[in-house]
Amino acid sequence: MTVSATLVILMAVLYAVGITVMLERSLTRVLIGFMLVGNATNLLILIVSGPSGSAPIVTGTASDESMADPVPQVLMLTAIVINFGITAFVLALIYRSWWLAQLGDQGDSVPDQHTEDTHAQTEAIFDSVDLDGEALQQALADSDEHPDDDEKEKRS
Amino acid sequence: MTAILPLIVLIPLFAAALALVLGAYRRAQVTVSALALTSVSVLAAILLVHVDRHGTVVVDVGAWDAPFGIVLVADRLAIIMVLISALMLLGVLLFAAGQGIADGDRDTPVSIFHPTYLVLAAGLFDAFVAGDLFNMYVGFEMLLSASYVLLTLAGTGARIRAGVTYIIISLTSSIIFLASIAFIYAATGTVTIALIAERVRDLPADVQLILCISLLVAFCVKAAVFPMSFWLPDSYPTAPAPVTAVFAGLLTKVGVYAIIRTDTVMFTDVNIDVPLMVIALLTLLIGVLGALAQADIKRLLSFTLVSHIGYMIFGIAIGSQAALAATIFYIIHHISVQTTLFLATGLVERIGGTTSINRLGGILKVAPFVSVLFFIGAMNLGGIPPFSGFLGKVGLFEAGVDLGTPLAYVLIGAGALTSLLTLYALVRVWNMAFWRSESEVEGYSSPLLNSLAEDPEDQGLTVKAKRVPALMLTASTGMVALTVCLTIFAGPLFDLAARTASDFEVSSTYVDAVFPGGVQ
Repeated sequence: MTVSATLVILMAVLYAVGITVMLERSLTRVLIGFMLVGNATNLLILIVSGPSGSAPIVTGTASDESMADPVPQVLMLTAIVINFGITAFVLALIYRSWWLAQLGDQGDSVPDQHTEDTHAQTEAIFDSVDLDGEALQQALADSDEHPDDDEKEKRS
Repeated sequence: MTAILPLIVLIPLFAAALALVLGAYRRAQVTVSALALTSVSVLAAILLVHVDRHGTVVVDVGAWDAPFGIVLVADRLAIIMVLISALMLLGVLLFAAGQGIADGDRDTPVSIFHPTYLVLAAGLFDAFVAGDLFNMYVGFEMLLSASYVLLTLAGTGARIRAGVTYIIISLTSSIIFLASIAFIYAATGTVTIALIAERVRDLPADVQLILCISLLVAFCVKAAVFPMSFWLPDSYPTAPAPVTAVFAGLLTKVGVYAIIRTDTVMFTDVNIDVPLMVIALLTLLIGVLGALAQADIKRLLSFTLVSHIGYMIFGIAIGSQAALAATIFYIIHHISVQTTLFLATGLVERIGGTTSINRLGGILKVAPFVSVLFFIGAMNLGGIPPFSGFLGKVGLFEAGVDLGTPLAYVLIGAGALTSLLTLYALVRVWNMAFWRSESEVEGYSSPLLNSLAEDPEDQGLTVKAKRVPALMLTASTGMVALTVCLTIFAGPLFDLAARTASDFEVSSTYVDAVFPGGVQ
């Protein structure tokens, strides 16, 4: 089986960079690392599919020998879709984590208050992405303590 | 029968879509989810009887034959796992429904609980019946994605922190799993498990070993086998009680199930029994020592969960028919008893307002019935005769004695010690939380208790619920009754487990079922 050296080197670099970045503390970097490692794995699947060839399973266009192996391509597509979905979820998680970090100790209690008077207010804060800056100010003004800068850096 | 098998995965998926549409109607959602899981349980029971009598059921999805299309394979092991999981999921669903109705949180994010829960179920069932390594990966991803959402439900700070650890660990293990599939495809040119089993024998021994270990590493992370178990006690306990119960009962067992498949079907020639035994030994001891240091019941149970995975790895490592039978029985026992104990702890948290044994007291007086539920589960997990935990361990130890190597005897000793230490940890919970009166809690101190580690996310006492909803209590009682039934019907169950294990005695049983005409 012949393998393209370029692809192998690219995969190795992606793995190396991806794993290094994943070991960082910041969540965003972990996500970037995960995306790099995920793509490296997709490349790995492409590499194991053997040499490139003509489009698979189009009858009458090429002989069997010159076709590319279709199965790894299917596997890659599925893996890409799964990675895409999980990346979206982790992004939402990072946003939520940032939001909680900004609010400090208040962040924990805001979504948990189900009492009548604060509920609608909380709901409004969380419903609108545009109002985030404003909502932050409001929530910070309501709280006695302000999140110190160390805390922000640690969690972001 | 071939029509039933795909339904096991399809019903929960369609029900998930329906439950999402019905988001505004809580009762309709509960009905849809309960109906879906009930029908899966019934179908799985029918299928189990059929498979037990007439042999493995194989479905070629889309009528594409085995190596080209995706196959679903329901042998005894797969369908037993589906059945016990469906029953557990149903029980926990009713518990969660009872909790939701009682708390009256009709517009909190819990409207996504039911759809996510059903997707988790579908992924779980898919992973069990997958006859294709990549389909198993997809099943894993389905259940993991759903578990990410369930773990971070409502998005409080504690849950986000726990969720981040859990998600990153799971993502890493998924990548390892995917890379292993790529390696296996490179070596064998297929992802169908039966064909891999055939072709892998022609490979050089060292290549087989590498392929086997890379797969095992991925599964060991999911199964929380030491040293890849550190993430579990930090992430599971922060989730809501029903979610923790499902995770603890089922998610780690999918990993164990995949390890059984790897070890007994795909890589039969690879001999890694001794390393597996060492890992089992470490998992057993380190897990239970962690449990001894915990003051929080949920964290304590999470550590015993890690510890008891060691018994199953021990059984797989012995690899004899008797050992596999005992392992399968132990898996069934452990799924049900661990889920039940977490549900009982959920009830205790409602009544006592906390799960820390330093602050609980007098539960026996306040809620005798809940105490009995917890007590039965605790004795069962601790391996007191005549409960099923004891029977499973005896089966394992007998198989270990048959093997007769010094390491096997060391493991039997460690297994017995673990059982006793588990019992010690649980009895301490019983003494503190249930037995001592509430007036003793204030100012109580003992050198033993002072050294215990509190849950870092614990916020102290929260509001105590005035009463426990009947549905929650009924669901928990049903689950406890099921665990007791496992003890009463242990004889027939052990026979079934033995027949299941006999499927693996000749490794070609699985291959012949998928390729009735022989491998081309």
